[in-house]
Amino acid sequence: MQVKFKVNGQAVQLELPANTLLVQALRDALSLTGTHVGCDTAQCGACTVLLDGRPVKSCNVLAAQAEGCEVGTIEGLAGADGSLHPMQAAFKDCHGLQCGFCTPGMVMSALDLCQRHPQASEAEIKEQLEGNLCRCTGYQNIVLAVVQGRVAMAAR
Amino acid sequence: MYEFTLESPSSAAEAVRLAAGGATVLAGGQTLLPSLKLRLANPGQLVDLGKLKEWRGICRDGQSFVVGSMTRHAEVADHAELAGAIPALSELAGQIGDRQVRAMGTLGGSVANNDPAACYPSALLALGATVHTTRRKIAADDFFTGMFSTALDAGELISAVSFPIPKAAAYVKFKQPASRFALVGVFVARTDAGVRVAVTGAASCVFRHAGLEKALSASFTPEAAAAVKIDPSELNADLHASAAYRANLISVLTQRGVAKARG
Repeated sequence: MQVKFKVNGQAVQLELPANTLLVQALRDALSLTGTHVGCDTAQCGACTVLLDGRPVKSCNVLAAQAEGCEVGTIEGLAGADGSLHPMQAAFKDCHGLQCGFCTPGMVMSALDLCQRHPQASEAEIKEQLEGNLCRCTGYQNIVLAVVQGRVAMAAR
Repeated sequence: MYEFTLESPSSAAEAVRLAAGGATVLAGGQTLLPSLKLRLANPGQLVDLGKLKEWRGICRDGQSFVVGSMTRHAEVADHAELAGAIPALSELAGQIGDRQVRAMGTLGGSVANNDPAACYPSALLALGATVHTTRRKIAADDFFTGMFSTALDAGELISAVSFPIPKAAAYVKFKQPASRFALVGVFVARTDAGVRVAVTGAASCVFRHAGLEKALSASFTPEAAAAVKIDPSELNADLHASAAYRANLISVLTQRGVAKARG
């Protein structure tokens, strides 16, 4: 079936089987491999992208459900000159990652979290990041990174 | 996933026609898609309700709030007017699953699926809500008929749910930390028709607890709830919790809910 949506501001039109997941469309059809498949069971959040501004697990959404929507992925964050988005920079500064596999999903979730809850406390950040699992860091530095990223985003 | 065809109708009439013809209904997909990925179901056709904009949104209608069936949990949680009138309902929506699930999952999908541990059915039952379908209006007391089963007929779709505004209400959930479903959840509401207490997660289907309702209608206090003995004999027992543990949770969560509802 034909599916049309926008990815990071660019219109795309794909011919896909109806059972194609959004993450398969992004990775396989569009070669946007920054979005990771961690568990493929909608638990880990590594595949988190923004769908019309809300974070969703792209392994748990059909590509067809994105019809007419704006999809935001990790590839859309950095500037044209390669400069990092403040949230990406905060993850780097705070060492908010070890192996880095969960990081694209963490960053996409954190962006939405900080936009909707610009005053979020550390406790609220931990609660709101419940849908993103990291098996390396113990989360301490991830939460620090989100706090720093939130402040940097507000100052931008 | 097995192969299927997918239709995304832009009219409710067409959605009803496809569902009546045997298509599996896709609302937000947060339960359906994992089950398809596990090949637990093999539908030939899906009908996606995502384009039915008239079934999405929240509005006040007199002393009730009408929530469209395709309204996402996150939209219910974020709705300021609803949060002012029925804070227990918006708090419930804000605790379902995680942020990503709440961005896709829908009220209608949750209610039609009637998972024994889902949060929304307890809100419908405790608030005395009415389910609006493409054919009729069904009182919540008549809607939830058993494990994963409802009063909906084949080809009958939920368009909205209307929630009467209670005098006071609270939802308290003890989360199963891996699934984030309710190990036990209790929704307590003081309404014009007396106190209603609905319990989810504890049995094969959401239910109202007559003993707690009677005691709390006489005295809406945590102490009155604590004095009610909860019979574990009909409750679920599994690797997460015994029936006795769930019975105790019903008591404790009801006491907390009453304290919260009293402010």
